[in-house]
Amino acid sequence: MLEAQSLTKAFGGLVAVRDASIKVPEGRIVSLIGPNGAGKTTLFAMVAGFLRPDRGTVTFQGQDITGWQPHRICALGMVRTFQITQPFANLTVLENVMVGAYARIANRLEAAELARKVATRVGLGARLDQPAQGLTVAGRKRLELARALATQPKLLLLDEVMAGLNPTEITEIVQVIRGIRDSGVTIFLIEHVMQAVMSLSEYTYVLNNGALIAEGEPKAVASDPHVIEAYLGHGAAERIKKGNAHA
Amino acid sequence: MIGWTTPRGWAHIGAGFAFALLIPAFVTQNFLLHIAILVLFSAYLGQAWNIAGGYAGQRSFGHAVFVGTGAYVTAILQTRFGWNPWLTLPPAIIGGAAVGWLIGFLSFRAGLRGSYFALITLAFSEVARILANSLEITRGGLGILVPLSPGFANFQFANKGNFFIVVLAMFAVAFGIAWWLEKSRFGARLVAVRENEDAAAALGVDTFKAKLHALMLSGGMAALGGSFYVQYYLYVEPPIAYGVERSVEMLLVSMIGGSGTVLGPLVGSIALHLISDTTRHFLEAPGVALILYGIVLILIVGFLPDGLISLFRRRPTVVPDTDSGAPARRGAHA
Repeated sequence: MLEAQSLTKAFGGLVAVRDASIKVPEGRIVSLIGPNGAGKTTLFAMVAGFLRPDRGTVTFQGQDITGWQPHRICALGMVRTFQITQPFANLTVLENVMVGAYARIANRLEAAELARKVATRVGLGARLDQPAQGLTVAGRKRLELARALATQPKLLLLDEVMAGLNPTEITEIVQVIRGIRDSGVTIFLIEHVMQAVMSLSEYTYVLNNGALIAEGEPKAVASDPHVIEAYLGHGAAERIKKGNAHA
Repeated sequence: MIGWTTPRGWAHIGAGFAFALLIPAFVTQNFLLHIAILVLFSAYLGQAWNIAGGYAGQRSFGHAVFVGTGAYVTAILQTRFGWNPWLTLPPAIIGGAAVGWLIGFLSFRAGLRGSYFALITLAFSEVARILANSLEITRGGLGILVPLSPGFANFQFANKGNFFIVVLAMFAVAFGIAWWLEKSRFGARLVAVRENEDAAAALGVDTFKAKLHALMLSGGMAALGGSFYVQYYLYVEPPIAYGVERSVEMLLVSMIGGSGTVLGPLVGSIALHLISDTTRHFLEAPGVALILYGIVLILIVGFLPDGLISLFRRRPTVVPDTDSGAPARRGAHA
């Protein structure tokens, strides 16, 4: 459904993403993990049209969308959320979600109805008339999700929707995301919370220093020595192996 | 959220306009009618600014460029080409919208936001003033005098009451446009752009187009105000048409009253005229009145950043967020 071919983006001398190729098949939950500063969000931004890649192409449902503007990509059916939440602070929760709903619905009452439904689905049903700026971190993450869902996407790009949530909240939102996938929306997510990645995603890409270093099923990827080293430092894989042998 | 969209709110609005319609029948002093006309005229222009500056958040410092364009279109078509003044109104509106398109296209393409956008609009209005001062078609600094010939057909009235009706109608249309913004997809998109452009773009809003259309609508409305000005005073010259004072008045009226609200410009216009007229009336030295005027403005901006209208609006009670997403208890007002 989504295919990125050798995407590269440099900011001055810093190459944030180098030659990264990913594939997200329809109906799946695919994740992208990696240490801080690995270039995950930059990769997302290129896919969703917020950054123009220096090299490489992005194809969505067979159409080359490289360099398209975000609103056109949204119209095609791909929408992103922001890691640093970007609420319309002075609007209510319902009004926030309605902006998303208006992507495909011109009528106000219908847009409000869809927005209400979507907000309830992600657990914001009790806060519809509350200003978005009064929401907690968890609430804002849910709002990001609700707004994106209200655009009725085919592919949802989630940028760390679980960061900063407590375990109960994570369990809840994992359920919500599964539900979204089961309703026919493909999901591509960036995540730090490994518990969530393991239980949610069926395929994982690992990005380190701008380059993909591993891909595969989450369990296999997590035991890949390259991945362990990327997260825990040089020689860590070796030491863990030794530790296991001693035990 | 907006209380006056209820049937009771509608009744209030209807009563307000009905009351306003009766004003010319009972108020016969020209001096009072003149003030009423100026209040509504400022409110109308403030509403025009409010579309781009309040709703879409593109705060212009040079809206006089639209007013002046409308004024000159009406004056030139009448005096040079013998048009009927009523017929000059559509070209004036189109002219204002076209100037809005030009300014918007150039500055939004270049990604100008916030104070940079404010400065570039100020620059445009100053350029327009200098052009009007030096071009032959605007008669330069001499200005254009529209010959006096009262009569409905000529959009000139000996009776100020008729001007009042015209400006009331203009205000009603502007009011309707703002109300429509509150209720429509276009309006929701403008507000989304104001609140967070990136988020709006991610959710499918063509932010460039939204801002451009807002400025064109705003410019067209302001230009009609310029046409009215010419018919009311029968004279236009560069400082009147394109002066910074006009731009400042338009944004002040809207921001003092409450920008991004339907009634803000009217509230702001009434307040500003009250303040400036009373200070001028009761204080002999003209400088003192201006100082007092300035102090009151500072106080309003400092203590009511959302405008005077925030005094009348019930604040939405914040539902205590329990962090768990469980239904929280609602405020007592719900």
